[in-house]
Amino acid sequence: MSGAVPLSYYLILGALLFIIGAVGVLTRRNALVILMSIELMLNAVNITLVAFSRFQGNFTGQIFSLFIIAVAAAEAAVGLAIIIVLFNNRETLNVDEINLMKW
Amino acid sequence: MEPFFFFLFAAGAVISALLVISRRNIMHCALFLVLTFFFVAAIFVLLNAEFLAAVQVLVYAGAIMVLFTFVIFLVHIPRTEKIRRTFGQKNLALALGVFLGLEVAYIVYGAISAPASPAAAPVVQGGNTESFGVALFTRFLFPFEIVSVLLLAAMIGAIVLAKKEIDR
Amino acid sequence: MPTVVVEIIVVLVKIAVVFGAVALVVAYLTYLERKVIGHMQHRMGPMRVGWHGLLQPIADGLKLFTKEDIIPSQADRWVFFLAPVVSLVPAFIAYAVIPFDRNFYITHLNIGVLYILAVSSLGVYGIVMAGWASNSKYAILGSFRSAAQMFSYEIFLGFSLIGPLMIAGSLDLVKIVDAQSKVWFIVYQPVAFLLFLVAATAETNRVPFDLPEAETELVAGFHTEYSGMKFAFFFMAEYANMVIVGAMASVLFLGGWSGPVLPGVIWFFLKVMAFIFLFIWLRATLPRLRYDQLMYMGWKVMFPIAILNIVGTGLVIYLL
Repeated sequence: MSGAVPLSYYLILGALLFIIGAVGVLTRRNALVILMSIELMLNAVNITLVAFSRFQGNFTGQIFSLFIIAVAAAEAAVGLAIIIVLFNNRETLNVDEINLMKW
Repeated sequence: MEPFFFFLFAAGAVISALLVISRRNIMHCALFLVLTFFFVAAIFVLLNAEFLAAVQVLVYAGAIMVLFTFVIFLVHIPRTEKIRRTFGQKNLALALGVFLGLEVAYIVYGAISAPASPAAAPVVQGGNTESFGVALFTRFLFPFEIVSVLLLAAMIGAIVLAKKEIDR
Repeated sequence: MPTVVVEIIVVLVKIAVVFGAVALVVAYLTYLERKVIGHMQHRMGPMRVGWHGLLQPIADGLKLFTKEDIIPSQADRWVFFLAPVVSLVPAFIAYAVIPFDRNFYITHLNIGVLYILAVSSLGVYGIVMAGWASNSKYAILGSFRSAAQMFSYEIFLGFSLIGPLMIAGSLDLVKIVDAQSKVWFIVYQPVAFLLFLVAATAETNRVPFDLPEAETELVAGFHTEYSGMKFAFFFMAEYANMVIVGAMASVLFLGGWSGPVLPGVIWFFLKVMAFIFLFIWLRATLPRLRYDQLMYMGWKVMFPIAILNIVGTGLVIYLL
C-alpha cells in the first residue's frame, strides 16, 4: 500500500454518505428517521470540508465544519421540538399521514 | 498504515449509514447513527483534525443523538411502520440515488485526475487545537458571534415550541 | 518494522497493567465503601469473608457471576445485551490518557481533557439503552431521569474545567500538571473546584444525586431488569467513573503526581483515594435531592456561577 490516501478517496466517502442520507430522506416515512438522514448528509459535507482543509493546508474547512456542527445541533433541537408538538397533535409520525393541507 | 485505517473506518461508516436508513426499529436506527458518527470522528482524526473529532463525539454523538433518543422515548408507538403505501416512491428514490452516485463519481474522477500532492502540509503549528482557536477568534470572529446568536434563537424556539402552558 | 512491533507490545503491556489495576481498585472500592460507611454509622461493615471482610469483593463477584442471566421476554435482545457494555467501555477507555506519573501514561493526546469529556458523554447511552431495552415502566422512567441528569451535569463539568484550562493554556493533561508546578490550581480556582465536585457527584449518579438508582424510589431505576454479570458491569462502570472523575480532579486541581518524597504514582493514588473517600463520606452523610431540586440547582445556580467563574478568570488573566 502506498503511503497516503489521496483526496479523491475522502471525497468519494463523503459523496457515498451523502447519497445514503439523501436516499434515506426520500425513502423513509418516519419523521425521526428523516431527521437522522439529514444529520447523515451534514456529516458527509463535514468530511468533504475537512478533507479539503487538510489538503489545502489552511483551517477554513475545519472552522466551517465546526459551524456546521453547531448549526446542526440547533436544527436538531428545533426539529425535534416540532416533532414532539406534531406527535402530540396528530398521534402519528408517518409523514404521509400529515397531509391536512392537501386540497 | 494509513490506507488500512482509512478503508476500515470508511467501510464502517458506510455500512452503519446503510443500516441507519434500513432498520425498522427507530432505536436501532439511532444507535447505528451514533456508530456512524464515531467512524466519521475517526476519519477526522485521520485528517489531522483532532479537535473536530473530539467535538464531533462530544456534540453529535454525545448530545444531539441523546436528544434524538429522548424524543424516541417520548413518541414511541409500539407498532412498526407496516403501511407501505409509498406509491413506488421507494424504487424511484433508489434509482435517483444510484444516478446521483454515478454523477458524483463522474465529477470526482474527472476533476481530480491525478492524486496531486496527497500529503500537502498538515497544518500543525503547536497543536491542532491552538491553531484552530487562533484562526477561529481572529479571522472568523464574526461568524462565531453570529452562530452564538443562532444558537440562542434555536434554544428559545425549541423551548417555546415544546413547553406546556402552565396556568397559575 | 521491529520498532513498531516493540512499541505496540509496550503499549499493550501498559494497557494490561492499567486495566488490571483499575479493575482491582474498582472491585475493592465496593469493599472500601461498605467498610467506611459502616464505620461512619458505628458498625463494622463486612467482617466475615476473610480477615475483616477483605475477600468480600471476591465473594460478591462469584455470586454475580453464577447468577442466572434473565432477559425479559419483551425486551429488545441486542440492545439489552449491549447496554452494560456501552456503559462500561467509555468508563475504561478514559484511562488511556490519564498520566499517573511524568512518564507513565498509555498515550499522550494533545486534546486529553476533551477526549475524557467526549468519552464520558457516551456513558449516557448505556443508561438510555438499558431503559429502552428493559421494556418496563420503572426502567424507562429511571433511565430518562438519569440520562437527563447526567447530560445536564456534563455541561457543568465541562464549564467548571474551563477555568483551570485557561490558566494552563493547554488541553494536554501532562502540560496541565506541569503548569501546576508552583501552585496547585485549587488555590487559583476554588469556585471551579467546588463546581467540579458537585458536577462530578451528579455525573456519576452518587448521593446526593442518586435518585435515578435509588432503591426506595424506582425499584432500581434503569437496571431494574438486570441481574448477574450485566448488573455487575453497571456497577463496575459506576465505580470506574468515580475513579476517573477523582483522577481528573487530582490532575486538574491538585497537581497530579507532584509531591515531595514519595514516587509520583503513589501521590496520584493518594489524591484519587482522597476524592473517593470524599464521595463515600458524602454518601454516608447527605440525604437525596429530589429531581426538580436537582435540575433547579444545576441550571439556575451552578450554571451562572460557572459562567461568572470563566468571565472572572478571563479578566484576571487579561489584566495580569
